[in-house]
Amino acid sequence: MLTGNLLWVLIGAILLGVAAGLNGTFAFLQKQSLVGDAAAHAALPGIAIAYLVFQQKDLPILMLGAAITSALAVYMIQWIVGNSKLKADAAIGFVLSVFFGIGIVLLTIVNQSSAGNQSGLNDFIFGKAATMAKSDLVWLSSSALLIILMCLLFFKEWKLMIFDPVFAKGIGLPVERLRVLLTALTVLTIVTGIQAVGVILMAAMLIIPAAAARFWSNHLGIILVTSAFFGALSGALGTIISSFRTGLSTGPIIVLCAASLFLISYFFAPTRGFISKSLKKKAFKQRNVVKEAANHE
Amino acid sequence: MDALQVKNLSVAYEEKVVLQNVNLTIPVGHLTGIIGPNGAGKSTLIKAILNQLPNKTGAVHILERPLNAKDHTVGYVPQRNAVDWDFPTNALDVVLMGRYGHIGMIKKPSAKDKQIAMDCLKDVGMEAFADRSIGQLSGGQQQRVFLARALAQEAEVYFMDEPFVGVDAATERTIIAILKDLKAKGKSVFVVHHDLQTAADYFDWIILLNQTITASGPTEQTFTEDNLQEAYGGKLFFMDQTKSNKTFN
Repeated sequence: MLTGNLLWVLIGAILLGVAAGLNGTFAFLQKQSLVGDAAAHAALPGIAIAYLVFQQKDLPILMLGAAITSALAVYMIQWIVGNSKLKADAAIGFVLSVFFGIGIVLLTIVNQSSAGNQSGLNDFIFGKAATMAKSDLVWLSSSALLIILMCLLFFKEWKLMIFDPVFAKGIGLPVERLRVLLTALTVLTIVTGIQAVGVILMAAMLIIPAAAARFWSNHLGIILVTSAFFGALSGALGTIISSFRTGLSTGPIIVLCAASLFLISYFFAPTRGFISKSLKKKAFKQRNVVKEAANHE
Repeated sequence: MDALQVKNLSVAYEEKVVLQNVNLTIPVGHLTGIIGPNGAGKSTLIKAILNQLPNKTGAVHILERPLNAKDHTVGYVPQRNAVDWDFPTNALDVVLMGRYGHIGMIKKPSAKDKQIAMDCLKDVGMEAFADRSIGQLSGGQQQRVFLARALAQEAEVYFMDEPFVGVDAATERTIIAILKDLKAKGKSVFVVHHDLQTAADYFDWIILLNQTITASGPTEQTFTEDNLQEAYGGKLFFMDQTKSNKTFN
């Protein structure tokens, strides 16, 4: 079953899952998860434009186009929030739908052109990891490794920047540059994952493993490792399952795997899970009842 | 040597002027209270001094030099509610953040940094809580952790924004003992404070602020009824009571 290409696909999916799990945790703690969602949707017009301009579907070229429109979308969200009375949720919703709408229009144009309907750009919407070419997977893997390395290098700085940016600036950390770097890496994570997972559901790879991992610990290091593990597991399972039946896209399967991990975490995680919390509450109440009874005697 | 010099400092948020033409000169080695009514600009003054605000004019010197974070001369305790206490980290880790300026980018904290952080936790009586996640600490304990983090900075001049708000009496005593100890070691400490009852006991230098400086100097000279009435715009009811008490006596 594990043919040469599927093994490569699997390695790529795992590295992507680790990268998204790590980067997603920082974005999640910064409460920027939805910006990632907008950035992912905004990759679509970039892909279509890159194809229309260069008439090629080499992954690096499409990734570059995706990166430009994604970054532009993030910049627009920040600009709208900074220069108008609109709040972040409205700005994100606006930018996401406008960029995605443009992307769909451009994709239709691509599909109507003679060579375009064979381009396979439609796979960028929901993702198609199993059919990725080996050269594309090399791109994906190196990009994911770069993201993982950066997350390890700047762990300490991002932790402080997110927890207490004012203090971070006070001790001389370049807070603005660190923030831009983190955003740039989020865009890179998205761009890395779009072919395998698709633009619509890529944000799930950033959000769900991080949100699930949060239930397991109150320690950032452990959360990062857990989130990376969840990302890798969802990526691997999603890829394997979607490769069994060619009709299934990778993105939705990955999301379903990640969501299952989330539900397990939500209920059964020992630190912050629902059951553990309920039991603690119950024990606390019981202790108080016993205490009160003792006081009454 | 002056701990702090401020010349013609003004700050505006959008169009509203918050601080106007602030001038201050305070020598080293004082425990200074920054006092004034709500909206007087006390927190803004600290943030402006620490170069955290974009819309400011004027000049600030700390230890007679322009502020440079790389000098590690300044320690800072922000208001407790300025951060998200659900953030996944523990008490020791937060104190260790006070060492990040010394450690430098990308590098890991050394054993010595961890030892300093642990000692600072001990100084505030929190060593037993080193591994406790910060969300599980009480308000007073969180404030002690913030103070320990500032101590770990090993600075010369400290700025603290309302460190006594919402803390228990024991914590308040611990904090003031540490502040007096810092002063005894020749450090300079500036504290935003709103409780007039305790101000004269805690501080040996008082800055009275209401958008501009209405008085600044040694406590016995500045902490007078007239000065307070001026800073508070004549709205200090209890001061009138003390006056009437005096006449009865």
